[in-house]
Amino acid sequence: MTAPAILPSRGIADRLTALFWRYPRVLLALLLTPPLLWLGVVYLGSLAALLLQSFYSIDEFSGMVKEEFTLKTYGELLRAQNLDIILRTLLMSAAVTVGCALIAFPVAYYAARFARGRWKAVFYLGVMLPLWSSYLVKVYAWKLILAKEGIITWAADALHLSMVLNAVLAIPGIGGNSLSTSWIGTFLVFVYIWLPYMILPMQAALERVPTSMLEASADLGASRSQTFRTVIFPLAMPGIIAGSIFTFSLTMGDYIIPQIVGTSARFIGLAVYQLQGTAGNIPLAAAFAVVPIVIMLIYLTIAKRQGAFDAL
Amino acid sequence: MHSDRASFGLRFAAVTGLLFLHLPILIIFLYAFTTEEKSYAFPPPGLTTEWFAVAWNRADIWPPLYLSLWVATVSTLLAMILGTLVSAAMAQTRFFGREQISLLILLPIALPGVITGMSLRSAFSIMDIPFSTLTIILGHATFCIVIVYNNAVARFRRLSGGILEASADLGANSFQTFRHVLLPNLGSALLAGGMLAFALSFDEVIVTTFTAGQQSTLPIWMLQELVRPRQRPVTNVVAIVVFVTTFIPILIAYYLTRNGSETAGAGK
Repeated sequence: MTAPAILPSRGIADRLTALFWRYPRVLLALLLTPPLLWLGVVYLGSLAALLLQSFYSIDEFSGMVKEEFTLKTYGELLRAQNLDIILRTLLMSAAVTVGCALIAFPVAYYAARFARGRWKAVFYLGVMLPLWSSYLVKVYAWKLILAKEGIITWAADALHLSMVLNAVLAIPGIGGNSLSTSWIGTFLVFVYIWLPYMILPMQAALERVPTSMLEASADLGASRSQTFRTVIFPLAMPGIIAGSIFTFSLTMGDYIIPQIVGTSARFIGLAVYQLQGTAGNIPLAAAFAVVPIVIMLIYLTIAKRQGAFDAL
Repeated sequence: MHSDRASFGLRFAAVTGLLFLHLPILIIFLYAFTTEEKSYAFPPPGLTTEWFAVAWNRADIWPPLYLSLWVATVSTLLAMILGTLVSAAMAQTRFFGREQISLLILLPIALPGVITGMSLRSAFSIMDIPFSTLTIILGHATFCIVIVYNNAVARFRRLSGGILEASADLGANSFQTFRHVLLPNLGSALLAGGMLAFALSFDEVIVTTFTAGQQSTLPIWMLQELVRPRQRPVTNVVAIVVFVTTFIPILIAYYLTRNGSETAGAGK
């Protein structure tokens, strides 16, 4: 039937091996089918369901979902209050991304370039542990720190800096009654929670910068800051973009942090949560949810062109 | 100037950054021992261990804990199987649609959790699937796949294709190669991926709020306590339990993947 094998076949396993050898695609298909079925059906199927719902609308009198295709719900996103939510979310996401990048850089740079041996491990674990430790526990910790009677107020009192704290809280737009009910509080917690997501890809990108390039830059007479601007920073860029995928996306969708720390102003995440839950307006919730998807798809396309995926 | 020593400013900023990441977590431990039940007063007026006993005796904590452990276990096992399969396919071959598949695996964590949650909820309600433990697991396994995949694919990359060929040359069939060559080399990476997936699932709250029905997992219980507190120090005790339950698998995962030198064929 087929060409004789050098070794005699010892059963079904051998025959399958021969099949995989002659037709590698069969093995590939067998390997890919279960995960693709899962992701395709459960995940993409769900995304499709979401998209479908966003084209429905809600009957204003009965409050029932009308299963007819319309763009009316998307039109509602353009109402002033809804646009506010979207704009506020984007601003916060951008601010958090910049904040994370600024704090992450020295940590990532030191870990990539200078940390050796034991310190390398300290830095690695030092970033990994907060990344993986419980999200809610971390948010809760900040509630304790920022609360009116909490640690920062106490520290400010002890250092006789209450004036400064009160002055900061009095800044219109970002201040508030206490740190835990202000924009500053929300921003701080976001930056804290997503910071490791920025450090790790940044460090990965910086580790790939060859020392010889820095030496060459120095030999050519560049100062520290020139080397930083023209060599290190551009080479770190893919890592920064990769990190920003997470900081931006996670901030955009989060609804727990603004609920626990911050003002009562809503973000996209909270709007989605409340619309589908208490308000029962599933089409509008779905339309709101499509906004981050579209933004992230554009973001991912740009990031891919910048080579950011290699730094993930 | 090129130098091999970090400037003081850089060292200071780096260490401050690390401290910033760790100090808040310590606060939780302190507040679990406070004698002050109602407020967040700092420093705590006194210290006590009674809250551990109180937490132990609160009947409403145990069912969420069991559910969280069960969901994390099943989701991790599912994610390990699916993640290993897809990483094996992606590591060894180039094929049409490969890029799209890597995007598809990444998407559940690259898109905000609220999207995953809301999508799953829409799909379940369209298909009339009642919210239950199963729906929680469906959601968790989906975003855990990428964790296992990342760990496994990194190990595959370091694994030289030569040892698989050698195994075939010595007459082993695919299954024997998998059992005796591939699995021992992948083992620690898979276990590490599994540990991280477990930690991620045990702690997840956003997707869970959308896919859970009446039951609550431990993070959902905690969230309810955060929004409407009953006994604040008890929440801290539970927070410590959650912290330790995610901390241990992460440390194990770290030690399993710390140095890749044990991977056969790594040197080429």
